[in-house]
Amino acid sequence: MSSEERKIRVLVAKPGLDGHDRGAKVIAASFRDAGFEVIYTGLHQTPEMIVNAAVQEDVDVVALSVLSGAHMTLFPRVLELLEEEGAEGVLLTGGGIIPKADMEVLARAGVGRLFGPGTPTSEAVEYIREWFSTRAERV
Amino acid sequence: MRRQEAEIERMRQQEAELERLREQLRLWEEAFGATPTREALFSASSGIDVEPLYTPADRASGQAYTEALGVPGQYPFTRGPYASMYRTRLWTMRQFAGFATAEDTNQRYRYLLDHGTTGLSVAFDFPTLMGYDSDHPRSLGEVGVCGVAVSSLADMETLFEGIPLDQVSVSMTINGPAVILFCFYVVAAERQGIGPEQLRGTVQNDILKEYQAQHAWVFPPEPALRCIVDMFEWCTEYAPKYNPISISGYHIREAGATAAQELAFTLRNGFEYVERGISRGLDVDAFVPHFSFFFDVHNDFFEEIAKFRAARRIWARFMREKYGATNPDAWRLRTHAQTAGVSLTAQQPENNIVRVAYQAMAAVLGGTQSLHTNSMDETLALPTEKSVRIALRTQQILAYESGVPNTIDPLAGSYYVESLTDRLETEALDLFRRIDEVGGVVPGIETGFFQSEIAESARRQQIEVESSRRVVVGVNEFTEGSEEVEIETLKIDGSVVERQRQRMADLRAARTDTDVARTLDELERSCTEGNNVVPSILDCARAGCTLYEIRHAMEKTFGSYKEPVSF
Repeated sequence: MSSEERKIRVLVAKPGLDGHDRGAKVIAASFRDAGFEVIYTGLHQTPEMIVNAAVQEDVDVVALSVLSGAHMTLFPRVLELLEEEGAEGVLLTGGGIIPKADMEVLARAGVGRLFGPGTPTSEAVEYIREWFSTRAERV
Repeated sequence: MRRQEAEIERMRQQEAELERLREQLRLWEEAFGATPTREALFSASSGIDVEPLYTPADRASGQAYTEALGVPGQYPFTRGPYASMYRTRLWTMRQFAGFATAEDTNQRYRYLLDHGTTGLSVAFDFPTLMGYDSDHPRSLGEVGVCGVAVSSLADMETLFEGIPLDQVSVSMTINGPAVILFCFYVVAAERQGIGPEQLRGTVQNDILKEYQAQHAWVFPPEPALRCIVDMFEWCTEYAPKYNPISISGYHIREAGATAAQELAFTLRNGFEYVERGISRGLDVDAFVPHFSFFFDVHNDFFEEIAKFRAARRIWARFMREKYGATNPDAWRLRTHAQTAGVSLTAQQPENNIVRVAYQAMAAVLGGTQSLHTNSMDETLALPTEKSVRIALRTQQILAYESGVPNTIDPLAGSYYVESLTDRLETEALDLFRRIDEVGGVVPGIETGFFQSEIAESARRQQIEVESSRRVVVGVNEFTEGSEEVEIETLKIDGSVVERQRQRMADLRAARTDTDVARTLDELERSCTEGNNVVPSILDCARAGCTLYEIRHAMEKTFGSYKEPVSF
């Protein structure tokens, strides 16, 4: 099966104890409407639970929604676990209340683009499509 | 004979007046139809189409004035819960605050009290909201970040050091482990020499909306509801000035609900608590007067005002007619309000000051009893002292400069506001029927009815914004200047986790282990035997048991909640 035919598989996850899932649900529905295969973890996931799900579901993308201010702990931890599982080809992206300076630090550590409040969901969809097509070229 | 003639003459005049109105409206419609309409969304959040003009012909229900509105402080309370409203006392300016450790937040409270705030409102961090101690592995990265960390009685005592709990009313936003934090609070007051009978204030303690929207739960619905009724029972007897619940639409709305959904789900949750109390054998006239409410106040100015008015009328009618309450205090809906966090934008954050000001005015015109105004920087981080001060000043300008509080319910009689009030009431009654159709509140939660209703509304609003049908200034229109965000934001210093761990270690070293084990055992027994859990938890608090230890002891009997996942 060629990569054009295969649907992009995305895990939308809510790490930590933060219960604000409005954004996660809206983005999950937008991804689905864009034709992605979407798995939503539900709330209160540990980084271990998220990476387990990512590996089991064989996803291309993990999208974390973090509004709790714990992004500097949670993104690096998920990245680290993905690498431990040999899943470093998976794109780790996400959104939430994340100051620009922190976004830059996380980008340098290998996290993909992060989206702040007010971003149209189409921007995230485009970003993932583009990432996926360039990855397919590389593979 | 003369009287009848007078009556006939009156009716004739009314008919003539109506005829003149019809004629005027016909002319107006002609003129209105001949001019182009601006391209815009003319509907309120609830999808209610807003007409270009309202007249006396628009009182949909046709209810008489005395029946639908009456006077403030009297049934059905549409015009306000109290007779004199802001002529006697302005609303309580209550700013929600909490961050880092209890020591840090204590400083912020003293700052707020020094600047004229008149009530406190505690924001706990996520671990506390979920019943985890600061040194629990699940608390990783979240200690003191979004609120203050309170893991024990010692933390609660520090939080209110130097703040007399018999004079300052404190509202605590805590739900899943509410009964535990409430007990810490009662014992902290006890250590200040203040008995529970002197405590004023409120604990949110509304678990139903947690399952529906806010998602900080611990136990499954049935045992969670049992603990809530335990608190009604205990407070009615020992803390009669304290509000053991604040039934909250705020989080339902923030999660995406429309004004009508917020109104209906909140009131229906309230009725659920009433029914649970009645099933326990509590007297509706004794425990319901201590219920308080908490609504969001969003952008649509008139819809929000109408929502508060409709809420009071529906509550009063159900409490009197359906639940048979005879105490007017059980009919009277009292509420806190907070401006809509979700309406704030990260783009051009200073504009948020203006949004908050309009929302605050709507809350006051709606007749709120207390108000929190959001700070402009809250989409970026926890607010700085400066932005909190501006938010508080916004309320003070409203209170002291605008003239708005001078007369009670000034918008009563507005054809539009009365029509919207009636309309929201009708929408709420329809939603009550839909909730009944899914089997009631708890089955509605378990099947995800509320969650998917709310998520659908959120999705609809997102589409409206992305397609630019709904304008959000600085986000999809008037975006010049949206790129640079140059306001200062609050940073939580990295030492919080260490300091909090140290506090926990000190606590564990200082307490008597046998007291801890004994009180936890007794609590477990109360849970399994169905006794009121409050006295046992008070003993646990006194013995220095931590939040998680108490949660864990209860969980052995109660189990923990698993959400139905969907999007």
